[in-house]
Amino acid sequence: MNAFQQRRWPLVILWVLIIAAIVAAPSVLPVFRLNLLGRFLALAIVALGIDLIWGFTGLLSLGQGIFFALGGYAAAMYLQLNSSGDLLNGIPEFFTLYGVDRLPAFWQPFHSPWFTLVAIWLIPGLLAGLLGNLVFRNRVKGVYFSILTQAALLVFFNFFNGQQKLINGTNGLKTDVTQLFGQMVGSAEMQRGFFWVTAVMVILMWLLVRWVVRGRFGDVLIAIRDDEPRLRFAGYNPTLFKTLVFAIAGSLAGIGGALYTVQSGIVSPQFMTVPFSIEMVIWVAVGGRGTLVGAILGAVAINYAKSLVSEALPQSWLFIQGGLFILVVTALPEGVIGWFRGEGPRNLMSRLGFSRPIGTYPQLEVDGNDEVQP
Amino acid sequence: MQLLLESLFNGVAIGSVLMMAALGLAIVFGLMGVINLAHGELMMLGAYTTYVVQMVFKLPAFQSIYGLYVLVAIPLAFVVSGVVGILLERTVIRRLYGSPLETLLATWGVSLILQQFVRSVPLAHAAGLILALVLGFGLPLVLPHRFFEGARARINRAITWAMSALGGVLLAGVLASQISRIARATSRNVDVTAPKWMRGGIEWMDITFPVPRLVIIVMTIVAVVGVTWFLNRSVWGMRIRAVTQNRSMSDCLGIPTDTVDVLTFGIGSGLAGVAGVAVSLLGSVGPNVGGSYIVGCFMVVVLGGVGNLLGTVLASFAIGLLTDLIGAGRLLTIWPDMPSPLAGTVTFFATTSMAQVLVFALIVVFLQFRPAGLFPQKGRMVEA
Repeated sequence: MNAFQQRRWPLVILWVLIIAAIVAAPSVLPVFRLNLLGRFLALAIVALGIDLIWGFTGLLSLGQGIFFALGGYAAAMYLQLNSSGDLLNGIPEFFTLYGVDRLPAFWQPFHSPWFTLVAIWLIPGLLAGLLGNLVFRNRVKGVYFSILTQAALLVFFNFFNGQQKLINGTNGLKTDVTQLFGQMVGSAEMQRGFFWVTAVMVILMWLLVRWVVRGRFGDVLIAIRDDEPRLRFAGYNPTLFKTLVFAIAGSLAGIGGALYTVQSGIVSPQFMTVPFSIEMVIWVAVGGRGTLVGAILGAVAINYAKSLVSEALPQSWLFIQGGLFILVVTALPEGVIGWFRGEGPRNLMSRLGFSRPIGTYPQLEVDGNDEVQP
Repeated sequence: MQLLLESLFNGVAIGSVLMMAALGLAIVFGLMGVINLAHGELMMLGAYTTYVVQMVFKLPAFQSIYGLYVLVAIPLAFVVSGVVGILLERTVIRRLYGSPLETLLATWGVSLILQQFVRSVPLAHAAGLILALVLGFGLPLVLPHRFFEGARARINRAITWAMSALGGVLLAGVLASQISRIARATSRNVDVTAPKWMRGGIEWMDITFPVPRLVIIVMTIVAVVGVTWFLNRSVWGMRIRAVTQNRSMSDCLGIPTDTVDVLTFGIGSGLAGVAGVAVSLLGSVGPNVGGSYIVGCFMVVVLGGVGNLLGTVLASFAIGLLTDLIGAGRLLTIWPDMPSPLAGTVTFFATTSMAQVLVFALIVVFLQFRPAGLFPQKGRMVEA
């Protein structure tokens, strides 16, 4: 029995607890808290994408907010169009403020719900693929990649913030007063529905990412993270894999953004601010990069902590958040889940005086002998 | 012709602030492979230092030499930001050597803390704290070495720190009692007013050159010349260049790479502080002032390449000029009868934020041809 199997049961218990919490939440929590939990679960989908590119492939993107917001805008545009059929000219109300009387061309396809459902993940995915390919094919990587994604984020923020006549600029698009299936999107019933959709999506996306990282594809990703030149010399083309995985992460961010938007009631350029996108990274870092449960738990836990602390002591959240960044990277580089999976508990036990015999070196020798024997 | 000159001047002025800020970032990045996301907040500290100095010079005792406060603020800002930078290097970045992405996140944490710090701590107290830090770290360098050796070393060290702390408390108390505007914490923006000799402009060939911008350009020239001289002519500059090129070899040859790291980080941060003085002369100062410049600095570093001052200089001017040309809609004034579809595009991009969009797109295109920036480092360590 190896170490991994030995420590499998805590993870199973964790999953049982998570699913029990999700199932129980709608009947236990008040609507406001339930809505918050639903939003945080939507953010967990984004965190899964970041874990995929950062934890497994070693690409630190500081610009996931772009794809998050694009998914949100796609959903909001459909909802706006869907509920403005009986309005003047059949276009959303805010256009008239800027003297626009014809729908801009790129809004047209969003009349269709099916197109929107595809656009929510396809547009962010395609954009991420395109941006990623332009950067990766020149072997730009590491810190360069990070600051390029951050610059891209700022650029998209500027664009969306400045274009009142196209997408209502800095005010964003509201969704909570729009109609879907003949109901208000902001109503309690709809919100409960969205919570369920989000919860199911988190699990589905978790299975998807798990499938991606468990197979041979995942092996290549980990190889890119650990030694990219060596992988290239072995005959693989890292650019292709990196582009693909960045596109997947972009799609996940888009899905998360759409689900977040319908639950928060608005999408605005604020989704593309620099601090928010870096915050996304810290969810994964705290939970444990390279562990998918860690990404989900990190996103939910940090956001819950944020909402609680901001309600009680609004001044101190930035201090806590800043301290968290420093603490996690210096003291807990594997994150909480990674700490439990690795040598963390054993080190703590031995430091407290409950040390158990460690069998590292003899075990290694046994392994070596195994290889020698025919 | 006149329009062209004016446009050129504005571009150079925008470029020089960018250059001063990016200079420090580029040196540190070249040496340690570290991108310091708190660089913008170090600029902010420099800008706030200017504000505090200005307030001090408004006191009756200093009224007569009020006009000179900018000259005092420049070295002070250098010291303040430099000390905070050194503290940051000693406490956080040192532990993360060799993992640049983690450093990126840690420095972001520092930048959040610094932002909240200036919001929730009165400036007078902050000034006292910084004085204590400067004295605490500075005195052991100034005082004779034997003072910190032998049996009484520990006691003497404690005494030094106690004196520094006392000095800090005294300064904080005096500032808070004399100047009411910095005695309470505020998250509102503050304004630095330029002294009389810096207001207005100089007219030449029918063009008005605003004096603050001229001062900033002069500051930048001095900074660039100074850094170039330091890196190329002084002993420590040579050591910095050696460590930049090959860290382990320099270590083998007896260069104290530890000290080089601290020194470089201090100088890089100090330059950010000086850039902060320039920023404070251009507009109001707030906790978020650094954020608006930092991405521009990154672009300069990406475009200019690493380990080459000329690259940084050219890249910042290129970005400054382009932003100004596109953002202020000068293309249309220079070439009034542009064909209409092109003119439509130009007007579409003729705001500062949209100009940034276009400049970023141009940089990405540029990177397709020169992935390592304007002046790539030569050598065999391509994949390092």
